[in-house]
Amino acid sequence: MAAEEVLRAEHVLEFPYKRSVGPILGRFFTELRDNQRIVGIRTKRGQVIVPPAEVDPETLEDLSADAIVPVANAGVVKSWTWLSDPRPYSAYKKPHAWALIQLDGADTSLLHAVVVESEAKMTTGMRVKAVWKDERQGHITDIAHFAPEAAK
Amino acid sequence: MSEAQSTEKKPVTYINTPVAVKYDYTAGKATSDFMRAVAQGKILGNRCPQCNRVYVPNFLVCVQCAVPMGEPFEVPDSGIVLTFCIVNIKFYDQVLEVPYVSAYVLLDGTDLPLMHLVQECNVNDVRMGMRVKAVWKEELSPSLESIRYFKPTGEPDAALETFKEYL
Repeated sequence: MAAEEVLRAEHVLEFPYKRSVGPILGRFFTELRDNQRIVGIRTKRGQVIVPPAEVDPETLEDLSADAIVPVANAGVVKSWTWLSDPRPYSAYKKPHAWALIQLDGADTSLLHAVVVESEAKMTTGMRVKAVWKDERQGHITDIAHFAPEAAK
Repeated sequence: MSEAQSTEKKPVTYINTPVAVKYDYTAGKATSDFMRAVAQGKILGNRCPQCNRVYVPNFLVCVQCAVPMGEPFEVPDSGIVLTFCIVNIKFYDQVLEVPYVSAYVLLDGTDLPLMHLVQECNVNDVRMGMRVKAVWKEELSPSLESIRYFKPTGEPDAALETFKEYL
């Protein structure tokens, strides 16, 4: 049989998930939306976890909403990777970094986008601050991205 | 506080986290041959030389015997409803109005059912063993959507003994 080309078709697999966040993360998202404030949770060991968890990942101790504490909207880039070609569904249309950011007052790092002009502007240890959206809906994307903190 | 304000200040209990993956599906030789035939209004199957089962769509290798399958040939576009399900639940991106029937249709002379819709009858009248025939679109394409659905032919039902080995 003569070799014929195989057929190809574009497919899209899509799930419109809606996720229940519970009392602890619910508070995190509510604070983002209503107060432009980032909160973490203090464990009995005194560590502040951001975003707040329901359980201390090391001791497995249950954590209550009473232990929620605010942290700063700015912090330090602990590590990062440069995304030169965002995927079609990404919220970011231009190249940017994904970074682990340790906010002041936190002992863990939060994953978020850092928007700078180019990869050359990224350094581990650089200080960044949250840039908020005007219209917030109670979602991690209420923080539009992080940007370098203005030089002092 | 006005009602609008109190609604706005409700704590967040849910977040929307949609995921989507866009990809190119490569059909491979067997499915490409099948789809090209569908675009001409034909359904292809092929036979395993060892177990004699006829698969629809045509396969490259028998999944039971692991031997190469025979050359594809056209199979009838009529058969029986093997099993079926009445879909009553609405879901995201649903194309059809509920209720509708999704059925395993065993085409005549074949041993592997094809999943498709059964329409042109009340959903409550669909039965196991009911005779059905494909209703094709006027504009054919290399997609099973070229078959709009299967409709009852009105012929007598197949007896359970004739298809129970497929259940």
